[in-house]
Amino acid sequence: MVCVDDAAVRVGGRPLWSHVRLDIAAGEFAAVLGPNGAGKSTLIKAILGLVPTTAGSIRVLGERPGRLADRVGYLPQRRSFDADLRIRGLDIVRMGWDGDRWGLPRPGAGRAARERIAEVVDLVGASAYAHRPVGQCSGGEQQRLLIAQALVRRPELLLLDEPLDSLDLPNQAAVAALVGRICRTQGVAVVMVAHDANPILAHLDKVIYLAEGGAVAGPPREVITSETLTRLYGTPIEVLRAGDGRLVVVGQPEPPAAHTDRHASSRTEGNRRAVR
Amino acid sequence: MTGVGLALPGALGHPFFLHAVLAGAAIAAASGMIGYFLVLRAQVFTGDALGHAAFTGALAALADGVDLRLGLFAATVVIALLLGALGRSGRADDIAIGSVFAWITGLGAFFLTMYATSGGADNAGAGVRVLFGSIFGLSAKQAVTAAVVAAAVCGAVLAVFRPLLFASVDPAVAAARGVPVRVLGFVFLALVGVTAGEATQAVGSLLLLGLLAAPAGTAQRLTDNPARAFVLSAVLAVADMWGGLAASYALPSMPPSFAVVALATALYAAAFAVGPYRRRTAASRAG
Ligand SMILES: Nc1ncnc2c1ncn2[C@@H]1O[C@H](COP(=O)(O)OP(=O)(O)OP(=O)(O)O)[C@@H](O)[C@H]1O
Ligand SMILES: [Mg+2]
Repeated sequence: MVCVDDAAVRVGGRPLWSHVRLDIAAGEFAAVLGPNGAGKSTLIKAILGLVPTTAGSIRVLGERPGRLADRVGYLPQRRSFDADLRIRGLDIVRMGWDGDRWGLPRPGAGRAARERIAEVVDLVGASAYAHRPVGQCSGGEQQRLLIAQALVRRPELLLLDEPLDSLDLPNQAAVAALVGRICRTQGVAVVMVAHDANPILAHLDKVIYLAEGGAVAGPPREVITSETLTRLYGTPIEVLRAGDGRLVVVGQPEPPAAHTDRHASSRTEGNRRAVR
Repeated sequence: MTGVGLALPGALGHPFFLHAVLAGAAIAAASGMIGYFLVLRAQVFTGDALGHAAFTGALAALADGVDLRLGLFAATVVIALLLGALGRSGRADDIAIGSVFAWITGLGAFFLTMYATSGGADNAGAGVRVLFGSIFGLSAKQAVTAAVVAAAVCGAVLAVFRPLLFASVDPAVAAARGVPVRVLGFVFLALVGVTAGEATQAVGSLLLLGLLAAPAGTAQRLTDNPARAFVLSAVLAVADMWGGLAASYALPSMPPSFAVVALATALYAAAFAVGPYRRRTAASRAG
């Protein structure tokens, strides 16, 4: 589904990350973790073909990124709609269905669209508010509608950039379970960026941890460990397992003087809460 | 209104009125469609700036002794694209518009003086005709040209309706889906420019916002369904146009541009008492 081979990316003339390797098969659920500014969103954009790689290669569904855009569902990071936008949630989902088509819809195309939209809206549990103007929906409600938008065309690959961002804990668990279910039952490959791995830990097949311009990828139990993160950051890191199975990462470096190839400021707070 | 209704069949016998009804309908439909997206994209201010560009372009053409419409369309389209280039991602931003604004209007005043002092009383009236339109003054040929151009704008908007809606509401996902968001932004601005030039012929550069913003604002207050709001905006604009023309025919002391824009504003006010764009509807500036 996605094959990232020794890829590197530069933003604004600076190298952001390099030597990133990642392989995701159909029906696999992968998480992208790392501190703020590590380049998680940029990795998603590279997979979408919106950001070029400067070395290595990325293949998506066997093609170069961006070629098969209509078989990929995408949820960008932190979007919210204007409070007075007069468009219903249903119309937002509809854009995911045929928003990229030119010309007028064929007569009769509306029914199939409406049926499929009702189906995904129901799937994400947004039926109660999907007919309301989207600007009047809460952040969490908007997020569910946007997940429905990403799902509506039955993508084979789902790229979700911090979808749990504006959700409360029960909803984080519910959306994580929903994505996990879609991934298992429909064989969709999922790449989800997360700040906190715990709500999705039970569903994960793979983790890619970005930090300090490099990355490690693999099964979560191999990546989120003291040894691996210590190697990645180059300073001692400890991963603790709480009684309830939650992972807590301690001892991540404060913005260092040693790693000068990137801007320190944006990392400051993220370092302390990357994987709680 | 019944008096106006009874007057109509006779009115359509006058060529000048027939021309106004035909060209006016096409112009209004294009304005309603373009206006829907202007309001949706929060670019109403762009339409306002183009009114100033239209004034200057038309008077520059007159001062140069060429067809007024040549200057009109050249100015609105070029300024629309310029505004897009100054703003980010194919959208004109307020600061860019504000900077271009005053300079253009000043230039218009310069051409007006140049043209008015070069001829007789007729030349002196040119400024007023550009500012307030002269829809009852259209010849058959001018009316057909205006209608064909407006119909082409409508066709173009329909052809890009879905991707433009997507790009307006959700540019990041639209881009990921392969919609050329930036190019579409420029295409839209060019269409806004053409429409502004058209609307100037009907209601004048000072009042064109009444035709571009008021029906669209009204429609968006009345429905949350984008396809319906889009169609309703076009229908309302045509209704405003025809209603205004009829009222102006029945009461010859009432200029058509005033009647059209007053009706559009009245409907807007009726649909919605207090709104974000009310401040910018042209009727408030007509007096
Ligand atoms: N177009 C750009 N030009 C210059 N710098 C950029 C650009 N896009 C991203 N960056 C920089 O690249 C870095 C990585 O950005 P990215 O959004 O990928 O981080 P992230 O890991 O998703 O962070 P967060 O956790 O805050 O979402 C940031 O420091 C950002 O400032
Ligand atoms: Mg990000």
